[in-house]
Amino acid sequence: MYKYDSYDQAMVDARVEEFRDQVRRRLEGHITEDQFKPLRLMNGLYLQLHAYMLRVAVPYGTLNSAQMRMLGDIADKYDRGYGHFTTRQNIQYNWIKLEDAPDILADLAKVEMHAIQTSGNCIRNTTSDQYAGAVADEVVDPRPYAELIRQWSTFHPEFSFLPRKFKMAVIASDTDRAAMKLHDIGIQIVRDAAGELGAAFYVGGGMGRTPMIAPCINPFVPIDRMITYAEACLRVYNRHGRRDNKYKARIKILVHELGKDEYTRQVEAEFAHLLTQQIEPPLAELERIKAQFAEPPFEVGIADTVDRSDPDFALWVDNNCLPHKQAGYIAATISLKPVGGIPGDASADQIRLMADLARDYSFDELRVTHAQNIVLPHVKKADLYALWQQLEAAGLGTANLDLVGDIIACPGLDYCSLANARSIPVAQKIGQRLAVKQQEIGELKLKISGCINACGHHHAGHIGILGVDKKGTENYQLLLGGCEGADTSLGQITGPGFDEDGIVDAVEKATQFYLSQREEGERFLDTYRRIGMPAFKEAIYG
Amino acid sequence: MAEVQFRFRDDEPVADPGVTVDAFGEQTNALAVRLEPGDEPRDLLPHLDRLRLVEVNFPSFGDGRGYSAARVLREAGYIGELRAAGEVLVDQIAFMRRCGFDAFAPEVPLDPADAEAAWSRYGEVYQPTTDGRTPIWGLRHGIGRRG
Repeated sequence: MYKYDSYDQAMVDARVEEFRDQVRRRLEGHITEDQFKPLRLMNGLYLQLHAYMLRVAVPYGTLNSAQMRMLGDIADKYDRGYGHFTTRQNIQYNWIKLEDAPDILADLAKVEMHAIQTSGNCIRNTTSDQYAGAVADEVVDPRPYAELIRQWSTFHPEFSFLPRKFKMAVIASDTDRAAMKLHDIGIQIVRDAAGELGAAFYVGGGMGRTPMIAPCINPFVPIDRMITYAEACLRVYNRHGRRDNKYKARIKILVHELGKDEYTRQVEAEFAHLLTQQIEPPLAELERIKAQFAEPPFEVGIADTVDRSDPDFALWVDNNCLPHKQAGYIAATISLKPVGGIPGDASADQIRLMADLARDYSFDELRVTHAQNIVLPHVKKADLYALWQQLEAAGLGTANLDLVGDIIACPGLDYCSLANARSIPVAQKIGQRLAVKQQEIGELKLKISGCINACGHHHAGHIGILGVDKKGTENYQLLLGGCEGADTSLGQITGPGFDEDGIVDAVEKATQFYLSQREEGERFLDTYRRIGMPAFKEAIYG
Repeated sequence: MAEVQFRFRDDEPVADPGVTVDAFGEQTNALAVRLEPGDEPRDLLPHLDRLRLVEVNFPSFGDGRGYSAARVLREAGYIGELRAAGEVLVDQIAFMRRCGFDAFAPEVPLDPADAEAAWSRYGEVYQPTTDGRTPIWGLRHGIGRRG
């Protein structure tokens, strides 16, 4: 994985000192909270309901064991002994003191990490496929391209005060595991008929209060022009994105209002101009980065089978593991969704254990997934049982990847100052209610947001839940039929909302109806798409 | 109008107040123009040879359109003064210089020590702009900014 050189290290070290100085000026009263706010936000520091929250960047979700261990230590030293993995493949800490924040950034810098641009109206942490480099269906490992974007977007002088936040994802597989089309810019690395690499640009997707699926504005930007093209996309947005209303300020609104064709025309004109400016990093830089994502030294000719004699282990393998491109290996997902737990939370001890397991069993690598789980991407099949036993002993062996218990949920009203309703208790209750049935139900992606900003991706859930405030009480709307990936679709609201117990009942009814209607091989989503909303509505409300 | 607090040019400052972009098109003898966030900087491109001052207004620091305007002008070859005015804060000025601003007229004067620290904080940069600094990828591969 990517290793900082002295330039990268100097950059994050300078950032620590800059932020230390900004915090000092704030604590001494030289700058107002209004002036400090955008500065702390660009370092990922939010003021939440009860305390400061610090969001740490995990670029494209990739960590080594030293970094993971540091995340555990920070949880102990500065927080209450746990951390929360997010849908942006980041981690956040919910109980941070302002005066500690510079020291935390200094600790992070020691392991080549930072909190740069994890918030604010700038280019955020770029996300990617959590199985990058491990699966056979990718054209290339997408992470070097994401790293190129990380460097280009870090302290970009022109794009640090955009109309609104800006999220990018890079994938290199038709199986989109990063919800690429629901980003401000989604890039799919592709190969053309001549075998040349290029970047397909999808611009103007997003969730929030106006969910949109990004249209493809250019199916093939030559790879040695990708950064220039991104710069053109951003410049048109920075110039013309709406700034009169923060709810209409995302690029999706600009693309929608201009129309895809007109936006594309403007981008192409800007692109033609920027090509004269020589802003593209040379291919040698991409090669330098690529070399650092070289395949780990896989053993060849080793056993390619798993001993399934322990039924609990076999269940976990079937649910949580994905075939690896290398014979004898497997990609294992550690679920952070135990029944009744808080989705995405892990204790400091669990974080450190996962670090140790990555060191011992996965070539020192871990990935954070946008579904708030952790992946050990390169586990030898012969080691899998030993690995699972250690996970199981630490409460990390839940066998529910992509099942109804594998819920994505935002922090909701328990933590977030924007929320209208709690998300966590709803996730816990649904998880408990459906735990015994989830194997029978099969793949069902359930996503919960505590407000319309959609941090819990409810639009993209096979079942989505949106918490709203209805005359002072929490109310939950139910959505069906959302999906991320190659066949991205947006969920539709079923009808009137429910109270907290009512939404749990409604979800159960929806799953029961599915079980009664499904045909051979159909997932919940397939059945819904086949028979449609009215039948489900009748089953839920009738 | 606020005083120019920092200026990184040796030539004589233009004393004329900047006119609006609309008025500038009509006044063939005007040397200075004031650009608001919504103005199209490319409207000025036919007149670059007579322009000596472009004052870009930042009514609020969060409105970043002026950064793009500055780069568009510099990329088109504008060499006159490019002045940032309005809500220009110490934590923005390093970005502004990278985008081509070479004069600063903050509404509220900045602490000179803080400003100096902001300009010298980052030894190197990741992106090339017209400010002539070699980006980090150039340093890594021995490539100067302009070949």
